[in-house]
Amino acid sequence: MVRKFVAGAALAASLVLPAGHALAQQPELKIFNWSDYVDPAVLEEFTKETGVKVVYDTFDQMETVDTKLSAGKTGYDLIVVTASFLPRHIPLKLYAEVDRSKVPNLQHMWPEITSRLAKYDPGNRFAVNYMWGTTGIGYNVAKVKQRLGDAPVDSWSIVFDPAKLSKLADCGVHVLDATEEMFPAALRYLGLDPDSKKEADLTKASQLLQKIRPHIRKFHSSEYINALANGDICLAVGYSGDILQARKRAKEANAGVDIAYAIPKEGALMWFDSLVIPADAGNKDAALKFIDFVNRPEIAAKNSNFIQYASGNLAAQKHLDAAVLNDPGIYPKPDVIARLYTITPYDDRTQRTVNRMWTRVKTGR
Amino acid sequence: MTTPPDPDPGRSLRLGRRIVLAVPFLWLLALFLTPFLIVARMSLSDTARALPPYAPHWEGFGRLGEFLAALDLENYALLASDTLYLAAYLSSVRLAAISTILALVVAFPLAYAMARAPRRWQPALLVAVILPFWTSFLIRIYAWIGILRPEGFLDVVVQALGLADAPLGLLNTDAAVVLGMVYSYLPFMVLPIYAALERIDRSLLEAAADLGSPPWKSFWTVTVPLAAPGIVAGCLLVFIPAIGEFVIPDLLGGPDTLMIGKVLWTEFFSNRDWPLSSAVAIVLLAVLLLPLLVFQRALRRGEGAR
Repeated sequence: MVRKFVAGAALAASLVLPAGHALAQQPELKIFNWSDYVDPAVLEEFTKETGVKVVYDTFDQMETVDTKLSAGKTGYDLIVVTASFLPRHIPLKLYAEVDRSKVPNLQHMWPEITSRLAKYDPGNRFAVNYMWGTTGIGYNVAKVKQRLGDAPVDSWSIVFDPAKLSKLADCGVHVLDATEEMFPAALRYLGLDPDSKKEADLTKASQLLQKIRPHIRKFHSSEYINALANGDICLAVGYSGDILQARKRAKEANAGVDIAYAIPKEGALMWFDSLVIPADAGNKDAALKFIDFVNRPEIAAKNSNFIQYASGNLAAQKHLDAAVLNDPGIYPKPDVIARLYTITPYDDRTQRTVNRMWTRVKTGR
Repeated sequence: MTTPPDPDPGRSLRLGRRIVLAVPFLWLLALFLTPFLIVARMSLSDTARALPPYAPHWEGFGRLGEFLAALDLENYALLASDTLYLAAYLSSVRLAAISTILALVVAFPLAYAMARAPRRWQPALLVAVILPFWTSFLIRIYAWIGILRPEGFLDVVVQALGLADAPLGLLNTDAAVVLGMVYSYLPFMVLPIYAALERIDRSLLEAAADLGSPPWKSFWTVTVPLAAPGIVAGCLLVFIPAIGEFVIPDLLGGPDTLMIGKVLWTEFFSNRDWPLSSAVAIVLLAVLLLPLLVFQRALRRGEGAR
């Protein structure tokens, strides 16, 4: 889930969408995926083995994909979408069902992940998990220690307790600009159901968010990657993959910035990036072949090793680098996984209400 | 005025002129009016779980009666009832106005110096103004993040000069947004003012001096009025894009920065409320039409006076 904000690039990608597939002799597979979300060698191997040419486009914001799908036509054969969008998209008949008989490697999927994904895609009919992760806390180890002492960062209280967060305000706090991430976390901290749709609960969550707002420098869903890596901020609520990427960049820059990722003990939201085939895909067979290919345990492991995200493929774990498999930020321990939660989307009316509350929180009005 | 006695060549000339004149009108019709009407129609619709995500009320002229009966303008009513939108419009107007004034203050001396520079230097100076456009706009805004961030370039310079001992904390504030907009739109202000100043006949200033006018008075009574069309055009070119700006407040602004471009983005992408965001856009257009009408009137008055 790399959310570098490059609106222009996403737009540009939409303009260069390959059009003339009738002209091409070689069969083509048009894939639309998050940027930096595949091992390029995997794409090459797929082409070598199947003879299908891969046209690979990337996006930086799920909203780009959502809008394309909502407008009625994408032109792609395979898209990686975030699971929270599925319950709205599936009834609109945006996707073709995955013909499981053509994807034998689905036997290697991780039942724990597949069953959780079924909350968004009942019966696992349309979506096959690609990578998954959590929404937690990324922090600058030295700066947080300097301000809060040796206490471990392991609870949402560092974000939602104004007394704690205020100590970090001077060095900078970013949180995601996403209601579906921040409200469940606030509800969980308050001991309420993170999936609650009750207006009273949501109001309580919004009041809590109002209280911590003065200590937040920015509400943004991607800038924290750079800000953490550069040492500009000391804490961010963000996606595991993004924060681990910030950690990697900080390490590479060698400027003494040490970033860590924590999954709060109260539990955190799980997200799933999943492969789907649009209903109007031109080459569904190639899409199915690709889903099967990336779920070969060795290939799935190769991908995970390269991008450093947890795969939804259980058999892949045998082939993973120890550094990836043993990183609790990537693969949390079973007891932590048990505390992770998923949410269902808001209905339209609640979504409007929550968005309004969120805008009030952000602008302090 | 006399018309040529032979009508035939004149008629074909008029026909040719009409065709030439029709081109920009067709252009406007195709690229401005059509999208505008689509957006206007969308703003009268309701959201729906459909593809695309709205249910149009307007089904054509045949069912005009039905359409008018069902017309409720609820999206506009919501805009009026929720103070958030009014606050966002006002805040956008305020930030755009401040940026425009600052851009004018910076651009006028620049344009004046350019117009007064030796002729052979002028092309090089013009290129220097346009040169930043050769780099991606996004990259230049990111560069400002590097300059304004805590312990960034600006802080280092200011502290080295002993002007401040604590970080300025400019990034993620309204001030950073204004700075970003002034920087980005400066060429749009410089170029029209330069074009107006460059055309001024210097003998007018000499005449004023001969008649005993001190230079400052000639500047205010001769140069500025003659440059007025350039100033007004520059202000519009800065104010109009600034008011709907999205990228600069998103990257340089903070949580306090409330601008209509961001509200529109949220309505469209996060809420998937295409009808409401269309209504926001239509109202924004109305807000923008006002300064344009004022400009038109000013121009007409200027021409009348001459």
